[in-house]
Amino acid sequence: MTLKKMNQKGFVVNTIVLACLFFLLALLSNTGAGKGNFFRLVLTPSLWQCGYLIILATSLNMVLGFMGQLSLCHCAFMAIGAYTAALMSLAFQRAGVFKSPKGAVFILIMFLSILCGGLLAAAFGFIVGIPALRLKGDYLAIITLGFGMIIVNVINNLPFCGQNGLAEGSAGSSLYKNGLGFGMKTKVTYLWVAILLTILAVVMMFKYVRSKFGRAIQAIRDDEIAAAASGINTAHYKVLTFAYSAFFAGIAGGLYACANGSISTSSFAFTNGGILNSTFVVVMVVLGGMGSLTGSIVAAVLMFFVNYEIKNGAWVAMLPSGIQGIFKYPMLVYAFVLIVVILFRPKGIFGDYEFSLVHVREDLAKHRALKAQEKAEMKGV
Amino acid sequence: MTEKERNETPVLETRGLGISFGGLQAVSDFDIKIYKGELIGLIGPNGAGKTTVFNMLTGVYKPTEGTVYLDGNALNGKKPYEFVSAGVARTFQNIRLFKDMSVIDNVKAACTKDITYNLFDATFQTKKYWEAEQAVEDRAHELLKIVNLDDKASWKASNLPYGAQRKLEIARALGTNMKILLLDEPAAGMNPTETDELLSCINTIREKFGIAILLIEHDMSLVMKVCERIKVIDYGQTIAYGLPEEIANDKRVIAAYLGT
Repeated sequence: MTLKKMNQKGFVVNTIVLACLFFLLALLSNTGAGKGNFFRLVLTPSLWQCGYLIILATSLNMVLGFMGQLSLCHCAFMAIGAYTAALMSLAFQRAGVFKSPKGAVFILIMFLSILCGGLLAAAFGFIVGIPALRLKGDYLAIITLGFGMIIVNVINNLPFCGQNGLAEGSAGSSLYKNGLGFGMKTKVTYLWVAILLTILAVVMMFKYVRSKFGRAIQAIRDDEIAAAASGINTAHYKVLTFAYSAFFAGIAGGLYACANGSISTSSFAFTNGGILNSTFVVVMVVLGGMGSLTGSIVAAVLMFFVNYEIKNGAWVAMLPSGIQGIFKYPMLVYAFVLIVVILFRPKGIFGDYEFSLVHVREDLAKHRALKAQEKAEMKGV
Repeated sequence: MTEKERNETPVLETRGLGISFGGLQAVSDFDIKIYKGELIGLIGPNGAGKTTVFNMLTGVYKPTEGTVYLDGNALNGKKPYEFVSAGVARTFQNIRLFKDMSVIDNVKAACTKDITYNLFDATFQTKKYWEAEQAVEDRAHELLKIVNLDDKASWKASNLPYGAQRKLEIARALGTNMKILLLDEPAAGMNPTETDELLSCINTIREKFGIAILLIEHDMSLVMKVCERIKVIDYGQTIAYGLPEEIANDKRVIAAYLGT
């Protein structure tokens, strides 16, 4: 049986499932628009945020999990994407190409803006990738940390986008009604864009790691000297992967610009106390399992919900009053979650296992057989 | 010297190869000619500079003197992956597998340089992608069969037993489609059965691919059995070069190994 035939079943199943998921959520966004506050106020913003967090975490996983290079500037790439997309749509709006966020022209411009955000981020990813050729481990982390700070600070001080630009005056005044930066209603209308882009981005990253590129970067992660001695041009693949990963971080930034009324550089800064800073993205990747894209998806959603529930107090209110106090300090909760996961699953929730609908039954059977074998050996001893 | 002269260009030739680290001359005047299909042994006491020679032949170290020629083309100043593209493959003294990858992916990773599809093909999984992936898959299975690891193709490389890991390194080196294979102590740490398996494995490779092999080894019985000619170095200097019987009786070699 050829490789293509073997993969065909998975391809068909995945396509059907993803298409169903997409249409289900898209349908939801059309029918649910008028009904109830839960859909408008809770579900839609959650899906938007999950969307960009998933893209961000999976894109970092390519660099950290598959290539083994610690990058601490992914939020800066995201900031580049967000600002580029926001400024572009703003420019189109001011030029009078569209008046309100409706119609085919707007959709086209929205996609164009997000794509350009991704491309510019990729260009910066290329630049950051170059020092990555010489440095590794802690040193690379420090360099990327510096790059991240530089990028965010430069954006902050640019006259047209920083403090005096997009976020001028009271929050949200500039982006609402002007291009991206959707209000509640528009967010519901264009929910399908977020879902579509998330699915496309994750699929594209999957294809990347399942090709010669993926094998090359995994070889670099495991042993760079041996990779070079096996004919892999390590410099080429490292820079390419940095750029490819930054591209998707930029796309995530574009979605962020759509989902938020105003953007300010402090939300991408390394010192940001919320969930959106480069260390937290690293935490998501480690939590989900380095080298498992599906793990990153799960971890991104999990982290989002921990963050969301803490902020909104939904299940916290049900806990004994003595414990509730802890949740005033969300960082403690994150730390606790992380410690528990690392204690019981040192390689992250998924390890390097990729969840697959087609193979889940075989994988479970294999796992059970392995456990049974271990048990039998323990008895034998 | 009993070197038979051949008319063809050697696969690998070095002229006056030498390297010094700071003031220390690690290797000097290393000359060797290896023709197609030959198996040459490189031996010497610990610290003689054997692995340094390997590192110069694969571009890891840049020689301070002399030149490496492959098929008559100088390889000066090239990077390690360019040496591999030219046709030099190696294994390592201390095993360096891609340990978190599957056995077959280890071999496939070494085929990367021969795969021509681009990012577009990979993203949209075009016909070109599938053809190339199928070819690589078949090739990897074929190479794993040579080293008897085909049944463990989906194992994680780090889970293989020691001897199998060494053989996987050889299979990975074969994946690069080389003209000359440099084996750095392939039998180190192996028991006699494993060494015998390795020996038959090396013979199969020679029959099948007709490539040249340069072998560093401490297991003298293996060296004497397989090598057509042996080069002995000590303190970075060549002290003898000839047929196995000649080397075994060479006074300078015995002195180098046993002391005078």
